[in-house]
Amino acid sequence: MRGGTGVMKGDFALWVYLTQGPLLWLTVTLVAYALADWLSLRAGRHPLANPVLISVALVGALLVASGTDYATYFDGAQFIHFLLGPATVALALPLWEHRALVVRSALPMLAALVAGSVVAAGSAVAVVWAFGVPEGVLVAIAPKSVTAGVAMSITEAQGGDPALTAVLVILTGMIGALVVTPLMNGLGIRDYRARGFAVGLASHGIGTARAFQVDPVAGTFAGIAIGLNAVMTALIVPGLLSVLR
Amino acid sequence: MIGSLAVILGCQLLGEVTARGLGLPVPGPVIGMAAMVAVLWLRDRFSPPVLAGVEPAGRFLLAHLSLLFVPAGVGVVGNLDVLAAEWLALAAALVLSTVVTLVVSVVTFRVVARAIGQP
Repeated sequence: MRGGTGVMKGDFALWVYLTQGPLLWLTVTLVAYALADWLSLRAGRHPLANPVLISVALVGALLVASGTDYATYFDGAQFIHFLLGPATVALALPLWEHRALVVRSALPMLAALVAGSVVAAGSAVAVVWAFGVPEGVLVAIAPKSVTAGVAMSITEAQGGDPALTAVLVILTGMIGALVVTPLMNGLGIRDYRARGFAVGLASHGIGTARAFQVDPVAGTFAGIAIGLNAVMTALIVPGLLSVLR
Repeated sequence: MIGSLAVILGCQLLGEVTARGLGLPVPGPVIGMAAMVAVLWLRDRFSPPVLAGVEPAGRFLLAHLSLLFVPAGVGVVGNLDVLAAEWLALAAALVLSTVVTLVVSVVTFRVVARAIGQP
């Protein structure tokens, strides 16, 4: 592949070689994250120095600058994306470690789940409804606090656009990760079970990644909230939307 | 490391098969998480040598959870045009709803915790 034919020589042949395999964009993603994580650490894990946000900005800028489309990028990045599933399974480790605390917290978690789940879907739908958006957008934003795969299938089942839902889910995750620490400190909440559960419920895995940066107990409860809210939202969204239709 | 990765993937596989086979509204990996809890129970209860080193791969993944969201996040950058028509309504809804959800969840959690005598 590398030597090229008469048409493809030198630098261009090398570029074609690199863009045809996963190596280039896999490496770029890891380097961007290593840099972003270093910056976040240097900033004392300040909420604004979010490693997801910084990495996405770096890689996004490189894609635009090099004129690379997302499909080409994802050929390389898919190996990292795939690990989201195994990482979800791995949430069992902190859950098992803190099982006594988790069992003791069952009642507060259940109450927060019901209230948070209804408010997460209801408030988002209410705001866009007040702006008078088309019905498709109402459907797409309802499951925005749920982990991406489940959110997209909820939207699809209700006749909405799953691609719009995917974008809204990721943005919700980033907003939650950015605001949770100053918001909880402002409210004077020092119970890391409650803080973690809230951010996992409101902003799924990206909020959970933030919670693990702050406190292992917060991360544990955030992980539990991802799973519970996925089930809860799938159950309440059809009823919620039927009220507005 | 390899053994612990195999156990995690096995749990996820079991979860995906269960979720898809029964048409459950739960993601396969979440059922996989439950299966992994069962594995950890087995480890602590019977201490079979085969499960002795079951943690390293999972610990490694959780330590770099942020990294795993980068590919999906980059996808958003390229698809921001889907927001174009309604961007103001959507931005307002996402920010407001996320903040309100965080507050309602954390306050509900604390109120119930205090009511059952957990300071």
